[in-house]
Amino acid sequence: MEFFHNVNVDWMGKAKYFVSLSLILLAVGWISILHNGGLRYGIDFRGGTLVYVRFAGPAPVNQIRKGLQDAGLANSSIQTISDNVLNGGAQNDVVIGIEKTGQGDEALDAGKQAILDVLHKTFGTTNTAGKQDFNSITASSLAAYLTQKDPLALGTNAGERYNQLAQRLTDARDKEHSGIVTNFDDLKNVDGATPAVLASLNSGFSLGNFTIRNVEIVGPKVGAQLRHQAFWATIYALGGMLLYIAFRFEWVYGAAAVIAVFHDVLITLGFFSIFHFEISLTVIAALLTLVGYSMNDTIVIFDRVREDLRLMRREPFPDVVNKAINQTLSRTILTSGLTFLTVLVLFLMGGEVLRAFSFAMVVGVVVGTYSSFGIAAPIVVLWAKYRGQGTAVRAGSAADKRVAAGARR
Amino acid sequence: MNPQLRWKFIFIAVVILLCIYGLIGVPTFPTSWTQVKQNLADRIKLGLDLKGGSHLVLQVQVDEAIGQRCDQAVDQITKQVHEKNIAVGEIRRVDDTHILVRNVDPNTSGTFRDLVSNQFADWAMAPAAGEQNGYLLTMKPSIVADLRRDTMDQSLETITRRINALGLTEPTIAFTGRGDNEILVQLPGEGDPTRAKSVIQAGGQLELNLVADEQPYPSEIAALGSHGGVLPAGTVIVPGKAENTSNSQAQQQVFYVLQRAPIITGQDLRGATPAPSANYPGQYEVRFQLSTAAAARFGPFTESNIGHRMAIVLDHKVYTAPVINGKIEDSGIIEGNFTQESAQDLALVLRAGALPASIKYLEERTVGPSLGADSIREGVRASIGSIIVVMIFLVIYYRLSGVNAVVALAFNLIILVAFMAYAGAVLTLPGIAGVILTIGMGVDSNVLVFERIREELRSGKAPASAVSVGFDRAFLTIIDTHVTTIVSAIFLFLFGTGPVRGFAVTLVIGLLANVFTSIYVSRAIFDWHLSRMERQAELSI
Repeated sequence: MEFFHNVNVDWMGKAKYFVSLSLILLAVGWISILHNGGLRYGIDFRGGTLVYVRFAGPAPVNQIRKGLQDAGLANSSIQTISDNVLNGGAQNDVVIGIEKTGQGDEALDAGKQAILDVLHKTFGTTNTAGKQDFNSITASSLAAYLTQKDPLALGTNAGERYNQLAQRLTDARDKEHSGIVTNFDDLKNVDGATPAVLASLNSGFSLGNFTIRNVEIVGPKVGAQLRHQAFWATIYALGGMLLYIAFRFEWVYGAAAVIAVFHDVLITLGFFSIFHFEISLTVIAALLTLVGYSMNDTIVIFDRVREDLRLMRREPFPDVVNKAINQTLSRTILTSGLTFLTVLVLFLMGGEVLRAFSFAMVVGVVVGTYSSFGIAAPIVVLWAKYRGQGTAVRAGSAADKRVAAGARR
Repeated sequence: MNPQLRWKFIFIAVVILLCIYGLIGVPTFPTSWTQVKQNLADRIKLGLDLKGGSHLVLQVQVDEAIGQRCDQAVDQITKQVHEKNIAVGEIRRVDDTHILVRNVDPNTSGTFRDLVSNQFADWAMAPAAGEQNGYLLTMKPSIVADLRRDTMDQSLETITRRINALGLTEPTIAFTGRGDNEILVQLPGEGDPTRAKSVIQAGGQLELNLVADEQPYPSEIAALGSHGGVLPAGTVIVPGKAENTSNSQAQQQVFYVLQRAPIITGQDLRGATPAPSANYPGQYEVRFQLSTAAAARFGPFTESNIGHRMAIVLDHKVYTAPVINGKIEDSGIIEGNFTQESAQDLALVLRAGALPASIKYLEERTVGPSLGADSIREGVRASIGSIIVVMIFLVIYYRLSGVNAVVALAFNLIILVAFMAYAGAVLTLPGIAGVILTIGMGVDSNVLVFERIREELRSGKAPASAVSVGFDRAFLTIIDTHVTTIVSAIFLFLFGTGPVRGFAVTLVIGLLANVFTSIYVSRAIFDWHLSRMERQAELSI
């Protein structure tokens, strides 16, 4: 099976269209960023409090908003999260955020306490006459309860067995029911959960209609530090790549490759703004992944240019680059297509935590592939033209040529 | 099969078997499928984002410890100056590391300088700018650095003791990157860190001081006022403990005037245990026992102060100030409206020792167990789903050679996971990102080679030489792409923080494994296939 055969496209002749397209994409993205008042940083980089809550049914957003307003937390944000398409796309989850936890000496978790208070007040677990909420109990407390009630009539020496039973019950709650049980009968498949146990649970516990899945609190200073550090780590990584490529090829190749991945990152950030995704530490990992990916793609083309230059000494430089792109096109389409497929699956199936990450990758794979022939290659060609010598940019240092010759023996 | 190729296969088989053994064969060789799963789960360490748990970053207020040292020096110098009859105007702490001594009598300034240079060697002395006969003492930088390090070490030890006493499983307590005053605490499986946080943060400084003024005062001003605005030497005003809000009528805040020098401090304790309160049913109290040396001091002291009050001061708040009714040998009780849990926690903190400086929380992340479980399930499902799609495609597109690529890809993943297990690396969500990039580049390496072989075949080469040239040509490209990415990953590891580092580690291991599988393993399989096939037959690619 084969998709491409003897392609012959004049890529470099179309360079001005590519550059225009890139400029338009960059402009659109960055107008959106400016319009939204800058990049939307997640609380990792901004500092603040984030509480991720799952409800038993569709999340009552209006009630939550009213509760927050009544508590004087009007500047908080509420975001609904829809579940995977594969899981039915229910909208049971919300993320409640509070901008900053204050600069003063007040406790870091004041924001979290405020949000929890509102939730408990609004969707109270208090109306059930002092019963504990099964959906927020820990395994050890549950074990203590079971040992005290002894629904299996095990007598005095039952501690360890009830510990294990409690662990299995909470595991079932967390792993099979995503942390929220709506009916004690849902637990009847748990090993050891006899009707007597379930009845005992039913009499001793209420089933709260929400559970806290995740809490993140980042002090404002830490946020700034993390942002600073992530930024410089990325810059150093790009610098390292530039040096290596400059060493293996020529500095203009390194510069072109780095400009191209920079272009990819800027466009992806623009898409982030347009689609209202936040930049978190995980997204930084995604951006780094796409930098690696795009760089890989660019080097494959440059490698071929270097090789073809040795075979086509008389041809004009743009033709050599065209040929290299055409020769590697089949590989480019195949690899990009497969990677795109991978990240698309991740985007659709990977769950909430991976969503921003996989979004960055979906955009990045497309942009990264395009920038290799649309941006990086034209830069090298332009540089050659600027130097006024059609075939002047000879890729590869002397040392490298020896390696190449050795490999081709 | 020629001997060289045979050795290649033996080498590959050994590597893969070692990896598989490392993943599922330890600690006990598995005899059942559940045992395999159990071993695998034990070997792959999951990060908190996948496993669930609490991640706390706290900052030790190191400057407090330095400031305390400075205060002590001021006290000691004041005392020495009095004893040696040196006339000075004022001895004052300027900031955490500077003391200003003003108006030293020129007649005694020689004695003063001798005193400082002999007995306060930690301090550098210089004439104070703009002060007649004034001296500025500066804590020496090396002493400050030592103090900082000691404070951090001691904080880490204390926090470790406290967390271990709480009985949480597999905690991580370590210094962390940003700045030299931060400590990372990770508590796997802990869904609600509230209690752990308060135990970590509790100061735990216990002092028993004699009460100077029998009656407490309603405010600091009143306390000062009763002494004409100046406290008697060696006494100090300490607030009483703020009462719980559960009391219907808010208790009046009170202030005590205490002797500054404590009779007993937390270091004199031998033990502390919670117990139901004898005086207040339903409440709990903390009972403590003194060391033998402290008891030898405490006994005579209480005997000679019968009828006076003694304050139990915890973290600069007076909890109770009972009257001494008789000689107390070696034990005491702290009452203070405790619940069973808060009494347990206080006893634990007292046993573990005091923090040298207070701490502040900078970061708190808690991933509930259900979210962690969902992330793993969805992440793994998505990864496996996409790998299968990619593998099916490779087989359709490249036929038998595609099978070769699938084998190489599978080996790549096995080696990656096994190396992470051997190195004790932790798999986090960003780590999964690294795995995905690894898969992407693994597929790419194979595609590069195969496309090159196809090209060579098209130009009329025989299969054997097409394979050979294809691998040789693609080799350079693969090395270039991999080294570039590894270089950047190394920079990310050196300069990045937690999640970015996790990404970098996975990526480096994955790419190294990929160079091995996509060049060495894949080539060996091709050579084996070529050696068995008819000379004129077509290559299945």
